[in-house]
Amino acid sequence: MIQINHLSKTFEGATVHHALRDVSLTIEDGDIYGIIGASGAGKSTLVRCINLLERPTAGQLFINGVDVVNLRGKPLLELRRSIGMIFQDFSLFQQRSVLHNVTFPLELRHDNKQHRVARARELLEIVGLADKETSYPAQLSGGQQQRVAIARALANEPTIMLCDEATSALDTRTTTSILKLLKNINQEFGVTMVVITHSLSVAHKICNKIAVIDEGRIVESGSTADVFAHPQSPITKELLASDTLSVGA
Amino acid sequence: MEAIQGFLSQYGSLLAQGVWDTLVMTGVSTFFAYVIGIPIGVLVVLTSPTGLRPLRVANTVLGWIVNIGRSIPFIILLVALIPFTRWIVGTSLGVPGAVVPLVVAAAPFVGRMVEQSLAEVDSGLIEAAMSSGASTSQIVFKVFLRESLPSLVRGASITFITLFGYAAMAGTVGAGGLGDIAIRYGYQRFQGDIMVVAVILCIVLVQIIQSIGDIVARKIDKRN
Ligand SMILES: Nc1ncnc2c1ncn2[C@@H]1O[C@H](COP(=O)(O)OP(=O)(O)OP(=O)(O)O)[C@@H](O)[C@H]1O
Ligand SMILES: [Mg+2]
Repeated sequence: MIQINHLSKTFEGATVHHALRDVSLTIEDGDIYGIIGASGAGKSTLVRCINLLERPTAGQLFINGVDVVNLRGKPLLELRRSIGMIFQDFSLFQQRSVLHNVTFPLELRHDNKQHRVARARELLEIVGLADKETSYPAQLSGGQQQRVAIARALANEPTIMLCDEATSALDTRTTTSILKLLKNINQEFGVTMVVITHSLSVAHKICNKIAVIDEGRIVESGSTADVFAHPQSPITKELLASDTLSVGA
Repeated sequence: MEAIQGFLSQYGSLLAQGVWDTLVMTGVSTFFAYVIGIPIGVLVVLTSPTGLRPLRVANTVLGWIVNIGRSIPFIILLVALIPFTRWIVGTSLGVPGAVVPLVVAAAPFVGRMVEQSLAEVDSGLIEAAMSSGASTSQIVFKVFLRESLPSLVRGASITFITLFGYAAMAGTVGAGGLGDIAIRYGYQRFQGDIMVVAVILCIVLVQIIQSIGDIVARKIDKRN
């Protein structure tokens, strides 16, 4: 379970920017939780706080009951190992083969080589790329690259997976197949998913719950069906109105 | 034909020794320049304001060292370092005497080139590694250095060629090598033919090294 209590994140640079303001959210085990909102709303910042790529300025963050906001050193690395993450641009290591992209997280733990390779092959099987292990990322399509990234994110057997616009760089058909894969992983391995998207159709397809974020605040949250059927906040209504065509597409 | 044979039998071994001395001087200095330059480049990247371990003071000081090091003309460094060179290798003459100033001259240059190669690594990869639970040292070795390897190899051939030119200058203070030969025979004894051959050898060697660098960099780069 991910429990976020009154979390804030302020960026102090030339100007002070409140990226998250007093965000509270509970994500239950097994959820596929959608975070939707306009560009710059704070979606990425929120998700990056969960594995502490971004350190919250105030508030609490409990992951499986442990307050992790101030974790440092080894415990921080271990926390991150229990949370997989995938990105819009895939972020695969270009100089490593597909197989060695997937073994990467296991190398970090100094797993023995045989075990690493066996585990990576298992994962490539799961994402449907068993025949590509000797290829390099540059030789793969976007959808295939994202599958490799998913396999890499699963290598440490995470209980949580963070997806930051994971399908935004993909066409509709590929998006559908990646979403199907994510849903399978959620159901088969019980991995809790936090899915950032600006596409309501993506949220509609796989999320059981969603939160709408605007200017760093959660303006609405609840079961996907409820929010879609009875939007409360003007922001949500606006999002729904502007995206009706793609809902259910 | 006979003229060439005569020339080779008279000067062949001298020139071969010159080529060998130059390559050893350059190779050994390139190696040590990297031993010092890689940590410098890595530290500059890590301590930069947007780096993994921002540290303003260290970053500024390293930046100064690199810039000062690069702004001293090699010929001046060569002379100014003589006492230091004697202290390190016991002599300021010959190949060992040349290696010390060559390394001192090249290390800051290498540091800057390594920094540039590492800066080309996509920040998304650093994030991906961090989210996989990588420590800073794992990120340095498994991401920064590994992902920029083709670029580092290209940099190494540039360094080698630059030092090759510097090594010829070191020849003027008795370090041996092709530069030494060109000066002693071509300039001091007016034997133009030897100087021409030395120059041609330099051109050929540089071409070969550049080509090897390019081929290796292309071969190991998996982005295409
Ligand atoms: N490192 C940073 N320094 C300063 N400001 C930042 C930083 N990271 C994000 N921000 C700002 O915080 C706000 C929220 O950014 P965030 O990336 O979370 O938005 P987002 O909802 O993910 O947007 P998008 O849909 O475009 O990805 C933006 O205004 C952004 O400019
Ligand atoms: Mg974002």
